[in-house]
Amino acid sequence: MKKSGIVSYGSYIPRFRIKPDEIARVWGEDPENIKNGIYILSKSVPSPDEDVATISVEASRNAIKRGKINPKDIGAIYIGSESHPYAVKPTATIVSSAIGANFPMFAADYEFACKAGTAGIQNVKAMVDSGMIKYGLAIGSDTSQGAPGDVLEYSASAGGTAMILGNEKVIAEINNTLSVTSDTPDFWRREGEPYPTHGERFTGEPAYFKHTISASKMIMENVGMKPQDYDYAVFHQPNGKFPTRAAKLLGFTEKQYKEGLLTPFIGNTYSGSMMTGLSAILDIAEPGNRILAVSFGSGAGSDAFDITVTDEIKNMERGSAPTIRKMLADVTWLDYAVYAKFKKKIIFGDAIE
Amino acid sequence: MGELSRMWRETDHRYRMVGEKCGNCGKLYFPPRDICPVCHRDSIDKMQDIEMSGKGEVISFTIVHDVPPAFTRQRPYILAMIKLDDGPTMTGQIVDTQPSDIEIGTRVRSVFRKISEDGHSGVIHYGYKFVRDV
Ligand SMILES: [Zn+2]
Repeated sequence: MKKSGIVSYGSYIPRFRIKPDEIARVWGEDPENIKNGIYILSKSVPSPDEDVATISVEASRNAIKRGKINPKDIGAIYIGSESHPYAVKPTATIVSSAIGANFPMFAADYEFACKAGTAGIQNVKAMVDSGMIKYGLAIGSDTSQGAPGDVLEYSASAGGTAMILGNEKVIAEINNTLSVTSDTPDFWRREGEPYPTHGERFTGEPAYFKHTISASKMIMENVGMKPQDYDYAVFHQPNGKFPTRAAKLLGFTEKQYKEGLLTPFIGNTYSGSMMTGLSAILDIAEPGNRILAVSFGSGAGSDAFDITVTDEIKNMERGSAPTIRKMLADVTWLDYAVYAKFKKKIIFGDAIE
Repeated sequence: MGELSRMWRETDHRYRMVGEKCGNCGKLYFPPRDICPVCHRDSIDKMQDIEMSGKGEVISFTIVHDVPPAFTRQRPYILAMIKLDDGPTMTGQIVDTQPSDIEIGTRVRSVFRKISEDGHSGVIHYGYKFVRDV
């Protein structure tokens, strides 16, 4: 059987940004505490007319364009998010129509906090391997909200990444994937509540670090690799500090993790977080490069991937869709007032919307 | 429900900028037309669906300050006449851009955005808008 993997990839990050200094100014906090404490220097903010459906469509179109994929060859679409625009009506239906895919289509929206997009990758990979589909589209995308004044307001941002999986013209083979899962009350949002709640004392050790590090160690053992054997490592990035610490605890160096570390510049894109970091790595990766990619979703669990970049990546015109570097460079800065208007933290009456 | 069915029928047009190509003279139309205004009867049953590239250039524009209530968060917004590279000229909203950054000849490309929402419980309408193509 031909090894399946990533055939193409595309990301989308809204162009608007806000700095922690601006948020801290409004809430009377010390911005240096935020910058040093969670290592976030700016975060992305969606336009008022952007949501998970529009971000997913833009990311998918970038993947289709970059991989020169015929959308009629895509047989499955799974979208992971915790901010789907509808509670009932899948974002996957909108994306399928917007990319011009066929009527016969496996599709669903997934939810597993920040790792629902990578659960989609595992799902479509299995469908490719079993011969159910030619190509599968897995998307991780979010427009997250942090309650005003809450520490999450400094990090909750917007963005998404789409990966097309298949077993022809594979640019990055997925050698192995595994997941760990446990019932951990670190972070949740009840139906109908606008903002999430975090179980403060569970956020770090028993949740993020336990799952991320266990999944990383397990997959390296499965494939017989050591940290120094990898060219790149990318982890879920709720802030700039956690993934850096996880990488160091595992024995990775800054050279290996810095290319995929985007949260300091765009904030936490939740379901888009690790996948967008992987997208930044694929933008620059060379044939033969080995990548460890590990997501984390609160609740909690981790999905780990061991990836090898193939010669095929040389045939791909990676600049034919916007690279992450380009999306980091071309930005518009917002003040808190415009940010609050964009994010609907200022509520109008029913007569308006 | 009349509005909902109309929007639903126009999904290909609004989501993917699908227009029509006259099978008789080859001219492209966007928004789509049922018959070619040049060929009239000769184009009947010959109009074919065709997806626009979404790229084009601004040939005229206006800054709208007196906006409908649903556009309050986007005030003022830019409405432009755009000449698509595919041929047709159309009207579209330009987003994520300061009015001062738009002039005649500015290159634009289409993006997929939220157009409107039928209140808090109704359907969300999506479609094309434009951003500067840089
Ligand atoms: Zn004609």
